[in-house]
Amino acid sequence: MIEFRNVTKRFPDGTVAVDSFDLVIPSRRTTVFVGSSGCGKTTLLRMINRMVEPTSGTVEIDGEDVAAKQGVALRRSIGYVMQNGGLMPHFTVAENIATVPRLNGRTRRAARARALELMDVVGLDTAMADRYPSQLSGGQQQRVGVARGLAADPNILLMDEPFGAVDPIVRAELQRELIRLQRDLDKTVVFVTHDVDEAFLLGDQVAILAEGARRLQVGSPSEITENPADDFVAAFIGADRGKRALRVKQTPRGRVLVDAEGRTQGVLVEGEG
Amino acid sequence: MNLLADAFAWLFAPEQWTGPNALQHLLAQQLSFTATAVAIAALIAVPLGWAIGHTGRGREVAVAFSGAARAVPSFGLLVLLVLVFGVLRKPEAATVTFVILAIPSLLAGAYAGFEAIDRRVVDAARAVGMTGAQILWRVEIPLGLPLLVAGFRSAVLQVVATVTIAAYVNLGGLGLPIITGLSLRRYEVVLGGAILVALLALVLDALFALAQRAAVPHGIRADQGHPTGRRLDPEPAAPATPDTADTHP
Repeated sequence: MIEFRNVTKRFPDGTVAVDSFDLVIPSRRTTVFVGSSGCGKTTLLRMINRMVEPTSGTVEIDGEDVAAKQGVALRRSIGYVMQNGGLMPHFTVAENIATVPRLNGRTRRAARARALELMDVVGLDTAMADRYPSQLSGGQQQRVGVARGLAADPNILLMDEPFGAVDPIVRAELQRELIRLQRDLDKTVVFVTHDVDEAFLLGDQVAILAEGARRLQVGSPSEITENPADDFVAAFIGADRGKRALRVKQTPRGRVLVDAEGRTQGVLVEGEG
Repeated sequence: MNLLADAFAWLFAPEQWTGPNALQHLLAQQLSFTATAVAIAALIAVPLGWAIGHTGRGREVAVAFSGAARAVPSFGLLVLLVLVFGVLRKPEAATVTFVILAIPSLLAGAYAGFEAIDRRVVDAARAVGMTGAQILWRVEIPLGLPLLVAGFRSAVLQVVATVTIAAYVNLGGLGLPIITGLSLRRYEVVLGGAILVALLALVLDALFALAQRAAVPHGIRADQGHPTGRRLDPEPAAPATPDTADTHP
């Protein structure tokens, strides 16, 4: 469990990125911070592994204040995946994935074995182990990034817009893959995105944030869709348009659901879903 | 008469390659002054430049200092330092002059190498739990190396050309035939000396060009389509169709 208690972050230039933020992030679930750019969601994420120090308030992991832990050791114990993978361009794929085990003192051989194992887990051909990131596609680089985040078998995985830089087809595939991984690995995932669809697809808990990391609504995707806190949230999640604004249409064979563009999205089935 | 032909005739005359002022001696002196000065300058400038690049602090001071050091006329500084140090300490005075000449390029090469690194790479290194020292040695120094070698290249070229003035304070080097030739009005000797200095500079430049290429880390080179070295697969580098290549069984 990760808990933000009255966390504020004011940067030296005076901007308040996060203002008195409270949130409990349950273990072994995926929590997504979603909001437009500059709303402080990445700052929140980076306070969990002390890449950013809060100006006031505390961030606790399982009841322990992260400020009491040594930053380097803390970061090695938490997986971190960033946009474009954040890979070392002069390390091979295997060396990139093995970074944290190597830092933790594992032998070169053991770390490489672990890297190959993880390449399998994230669906990368182990023949790519000795390639360099520049020789991979964006989607492959992202998988390497995820593998590196998992290498030390952390309980917590922080993901900062990890799929923001890949094309929609690859993104959808990576999202499916993450859902599968999460089912198998049972990590506490904290995911940052500006894409509501991605948030609702991946999140067990979704926190919709406005500037200063103000909580507009926190809940499961269903709760938010069924009962948006206000008009802004309703507009933000697109409850009034597109594929989330469905109406019932009577057809000779029964009732179907139609979206705002008039396309039929599904059949309404009576009874328990 | 042809001055150039005379210069080559002088260069290839056996008597230039024997005796206390033999050309190979002068060449060795030139190289040794250059190597000593660049080595001392590197001991000062490289750690300083790395510190500036790593912390991001002190850059303005370094730029101001480098600019000032570049503006100092080497010959004037040499004469001044000989006067200050005393005539018995001419080699030291000359070395200090050349060290000051070499520092700006090395300093710039060291910190510019770090500044050229994508900030996201350094950020990622920190995020996965590298210490400051590990970021320095495993990320910043290897990735900054090509620009540092470029700094060495320009420092060496400037110093090797300027060491010629050491002969004015009677310290030998390839400047010796140039200044004696001037005072004797034997211009083929002046030209011969100048040709040797130029050749030496060209050879050193070529060597450093090779070193600069070798300093580019694997993985970066692959990116730029240069020869990729032995560690890569023979098959084409990046898959042409990322979408299908990304699909796994």
